[in-house]
Amino acid sequence: MTAIEILGLEKTYSTGFWRKKPKLALRPLNVSVENGEIFGFLGPNGAGKTTTLKMLMGLVFPSAGSATILGQDFRDPLVKAQIGFLPEQPYFYDYLTARELLDYYGQLSGVAGKERLRRIPELLDKVGLQNASNVQLRKFSKGMLQRVGIAQAILHDPKVVFLDEPMSGLDPMGRREVRDLMEQLKQEGKTVFFSTHILADAEALCDRVAILHQGELKGIGSVATLTAGIKGKVEIVWRGSDVPASLQGLGAECHVTGDTVRAIISEDVQDNAIDLLRREKLRLISIVPLRKSLEDYFLQQVKPGLTSGAGA
Amino acid sequence: MTSPIFHIARNTFREAVRDRVLYNLVVFALLMTGGAILVGQVSIGIERLVVVNLGLTAISLFGIVIAIFIGIGLVSKEIEKRTLYTIFSRPVRRWQFIAGKFFGLAGTLVVNTFFMGLGVFGALLYVAHHFQRSDAWVLVAIYFIVLQFIIITALTLFFSSFSSPLLSAVFAFSLFVVGTFSEDLRGFAAAAHGATGWLATGASYIVPNIAALNVISSVAHNQPIAGGLVLYNTGYALLYSAMAVCGAVLIFERRNLK
Repeated sequence: MTAIEILGLEKTYSTGFWRKKPKLALRPLNVSVENGEIFGFLGPNGAGKTTTLKMLMGLVFPSAGSATILGQDFRDPLVKAQIGFLPEQPYFYDYLTARELLDYYGQLSGVAGKERLRRIPELLDKVGLQNASNVQLRKFSKGMLQRVGIAQAILHDPKVVFLDEPMSGLDPMGRREVRDLMEQLKQEGKTVFFSTHILADAEALCDRVAILHQGELKGIGSVATLTAGIKGKVEIVWRGSDVPASLQGLGAECHVTGDTVRAIISEDVQDNAIDLLRREKLRLISIVPLRKSLEDYFLQQVKPGLTSGAGA
Repeated sequence: MTSPIFHIARNTFREAVRDRVLYNLVVFALLMTGGAILVGQVSIGIERLVVVNLGLTAISLFGIVIAIFIGIGLVSKEIEKRTLYTIFSRPVRRWQFIAGKFFGLAGTLVVNTFFMGLGVFGALLYVAHHFQRSDAWVLVAIYFIVLQFIIITALTLFFSSFSSPLLSAVFAFSLFVVGTFSEDLRGFAAAAHGATGWLATGASYIVPNIAALNVISSVAHNQPIAGGLVLYNTGYALLYSAMAVCGAVLIFERRNLK
């Protein structure tokens, strides 16, 4: 079953004094997310990730297109009882304590009083704020606010969770905890839709990803599918400190460290490079194929000139 | 399930209390205590008149300032600080948010006015040593002041749904000032002819009739308030406020929360 179906959603803002100058924020976007998936929404800053999330949350109105969440129109207020949302760099009512904030949000989400009494301490414990539950949020650090934000997003046990840059502001330990939490949500059968520009997080967590750049969808699929089409690279290491000039001509990136040289080169020209090193009577130490990463694919989509130059 | 309007209103009230808005009561209490002691010493026979005038005017000014300065941030502050994002991602409609904010601030002003009213009656008791029948009209005057607050709250909310806090404050305060002279505006509209007459008539219907809600001078002079006026003013204030809140909803429903 499809959890989220985005059909031709697009957004153009009117700018300028007379509001007659259109600014395209998102080209028609078509994305489908299956139930129980962790779906990564990737792109550099200004790609249109947050705009998409804001439209799905009803904060910004789309210029065209539609979307469904759990089979219902995304604008239907009833569907919102089944979704959770963590905005980017969240800010909450700072005169409330963490417990009061969660209680307020629980009331707005229609969570019964007894259920709130049970769930709030449990969640505060889960996000590591059990000792700060009665502290006003104005005294919270950025990382603590992010943790409260995550707690409020899952407080009402939603079926679909939208997280906008959930690792932002967290230390390495916090990031690890959020990753674990997202995996736990998946194990509970929930759908997680999260935006990020930290590719390692997406690569480690996501069943599928979509890459957005300048408001346009550049690719969608599993990490393995997306990286399959990338030209691979190999790392060649030899003894010495000499780098043959003709190797540079093959597009190698060479680094000399002590008495070894490390060259990264496209797998297309690896045989030529090895022949060349033998002719120069250089002593080869290793030839290791490098793993194709999401970062390579991402850079290929976002900065095609850069990757083709490096990989050629 | 309780309506989100109730929860939003309660949170708005809680915000006002925690932001120390009710601390104005301390200033008011000092003003009334000082005023009553001073009046008791320097005036002969007009203590009640002075205390009622001073007390009700202070209630009105304190309340209007609170209504405008909290009202201008009711919507704009939530947009600016992005606290709305986690509200509208829940089953809360935009009109419910506006209504909750309105009732929250109106409730804050009612509670504030209740305590200030107690202060006025305390001062009256201090200078006159007993209550008299005509003191009941002071209650009516306080009720009318509350109606003024409700109108100004609704207007401020209306302006804050589309303009900056500073402009909202300027617009709302200007309308309050013009509204206190609404009787003169109506008189001018009746006397003027042609386009000026039309414009003045239109303006006299648009600006809130604050003058009709100001009976401080009458009750200070022990003059009774007609029951018809109470009914008329209640109906007028509720209708005017409802229209302003509906205007705020109509604008806010179409607004992109960037």
